[in-house]
Amino acid sequence: MSATFPPSPQPSPALRERGQLSDPSLYDPWPYAGRPRITWPGGARLAFWVAPNIEFYELNPPKNPHRAAWPHPVPAVPGYSIRDWGNRVGHVRQMKLLDRYGIRGSISLSTALIDHHPEIVAMCRERDWEFFSHGIYNTRYTYGMDGAQEREMILDSIESIERAVGKRPAGYLAPALSHSEQTLDLFAELGGLYTCDLFHDDQPTPVKVRGGQRFVSVPYSLELNDTIVYVVNRIEPRRYGQMIKDAFDRLYQEGAQSGTVMCIPTHNYQVSCPHRLKAFEEALEYITGHSGVWVTTGREIAEHYLAHHHDTAVAHIAAASGA
Amino acid sequence: MPLAPEHLAYPLRRLGMDHERYAWSMMTDRPPLRWPDGQPLAVWVNVSLEHFPLNPVGTPVKLPGNMTMPYPDLRHFTLRDYGNRVGAWRVLEALDRFGVQASWAVNACLTERHPQILRAALARGDEFVGHSWSMDTPHAGGLAADAEDALVAKSLAALRGFSGQPVAGWLSPGKLQSPDTPEILKRHGVTWFCDWVNDELPYRFRTAEGELWSLPLATEIEDRFVIMDNQHSESEWAEQVIDACTFLLAEARETGAGRLLSLSIHPWVIGQPHRIKHLETVLAHLMAQDGVWNARPQQILDAVEAPARHPPG
Repeated sequence: MSATFPPSPQPSPALRERGQLSDPSLYDPWPYAGRPRITWPGGARLAFWVAPNIEFYELNPPKNPHRAAWPHPVPAVPGYSIRDWGNRVGHVRQMKLLDRYGIRGSISLSTALIDHHPEIVAMCRERDWEFFSHGIYNTRYTYGMDGAQEREMILDSIESIERAVGKRPAGYLAPALSHSEQTLDLFAELGGLYTCDLFHDDQPTPVKVRGGQRFVSVPYSLELNDTIVYVVNRIEPRRYGQMIKDAFDRLYQEGAQSGTVMCIPTHNYQVSCPHRLKAFEEALEYITGHSGVWVTTGREIAEHYLAHHHDTAVAHIAAASGA
Repeated sequence: MPLAPEHLAYPLRRLGMDHERYAWSMMTDRPPLRWPDGQPLAVWVNVSLEHFPLNPVGTPVKLPGNMTMPYPDLRHFTLRDYGNRVGAWRVLEALDRFGVQASWAVNACLTERHPQILRAALARGDEFVGHSWSMDTPHAGGLAADAEDALVAKSLAALRGFSGQPVAGWLSPGKLQSPDTPEILKRHGVTWFCDWVNDELPYRFRTAEGELWSLPLATEIEDRFVIMDNQHSESEWAEQVIDACTFLLAEARETGAGRLLSLSIHPWVIGQPHRIKHLETVLAHLMAQDGVWNARPQQILDAVEAPARHPPG
């Protein structure tokens, strides 16, 4: 390890309420202004990646005591069916669109889908898409797991991807964004390089994990996530397309000073609906029509950052915090 | 206290689905469907006629659109009833104006309450689809099988008796089902339902009593979902339907495989005076497209079943 963080103060009992941390202590406050410059391959201003979530939701999962999988009694037909529609119909539509604009997806994968729907995995392998771990099922939550259980679940997902594509995943997005205090520690210990679980920045940042591994956050954008857009914020398809273009314009402009990252996280059961694809296509056409855009994957961003910027960032953070 | 061991066990992690109801199949892996006269896009318009009682029991679940205020919630009762008294006539006129053949999913209690509009729908040759008794009779987990059986029997008997049609199709209120719904429907002579929106084309659905057709009726593009749930403007809704039509027509032409645009509308939503013109915009557009085959559900299933429609192999 060529750079290490100053030791983080351990939260004292006084800092905890109800046994819970007041801060995840995964990163230091580190202002956007005044950071060391990030450069991307080929002098690009912006690293652009698309992260299709390819998920499997169970019809009748074991009942997690902390979160219900479905709003209806079993069988929860509406919720289950639209997600199945994504795999049966939506996936190919999104894939064809990404092909058209020369984009390799970085898949956030429910790894049980390797068993359920190997056809989808095969199509993505043919295209040299990246596979990263999104847990085993999106209906199995981290909530309530102890460290050994969560480690077993994450390791199972890592080994499933390794068996299917011959390579261990570099990235992690917790299933259904369900976390524990040790989620990122465990993934780093199991050899992971990056996380998509943190939404604190528009640039990669070092993440402090308990084992001291060199580990980074790659921006994944919850605000541009199609499920957040369509299901939570209930935004019109064309407005979503405009939001993507507006986000791009600003990050591209700022990228002239120091490289930025833009991610569009998608779900084949949302973005691929026939009434929504046009706006998404227009946004992809707009972005890939610019020069100075590095169209890439989560892993490539993480590896480039670890090779060229991580240690500088850690030293800068240490100096800025007066350590 | 960690989670129980079942949370880290995956007994149904296997090829295909995690249940036995239907086979796993990607739409693009199937032999292409051909609609009559080689038309690329079938368009199915369904009108849901719904009755929301003033005193809902709301078990085992409360369905969307129900009463929300303290009893008596005249505000929601009358606004929903408006759809059957006034809005449905505007919808009917729009269907006539653009020559649209449709299906009507009818809460069976309306055969007593609003027979005139139902007779008008029948007079234009439209197809009736079972839609349970009312919007307070959800078919969902927790409903006893014998009670559900009686509910299906009563609803179908009323609709069949009123219409003289076989009423072979079914739409469960809120697209919910109990674990027994498919078997109960099959036992009562239903041959297809549209509750499982996990595809865009009909597929075979297994029950212990034999197979049904599943003919998915899209939710994400329906008027109620877009306008009431998502709070998008009426013109946005129309634009989205037109975008869907454009996309599906292009995909059907490019792949040579028939596609289906299913559009569900609710007179209590789209039949309002400020909304009806947007339905007219949508219907005018759909019916003016080259390559659109407007069909009722039974015609669609007949086309799927006709062996001549399937390419050899």
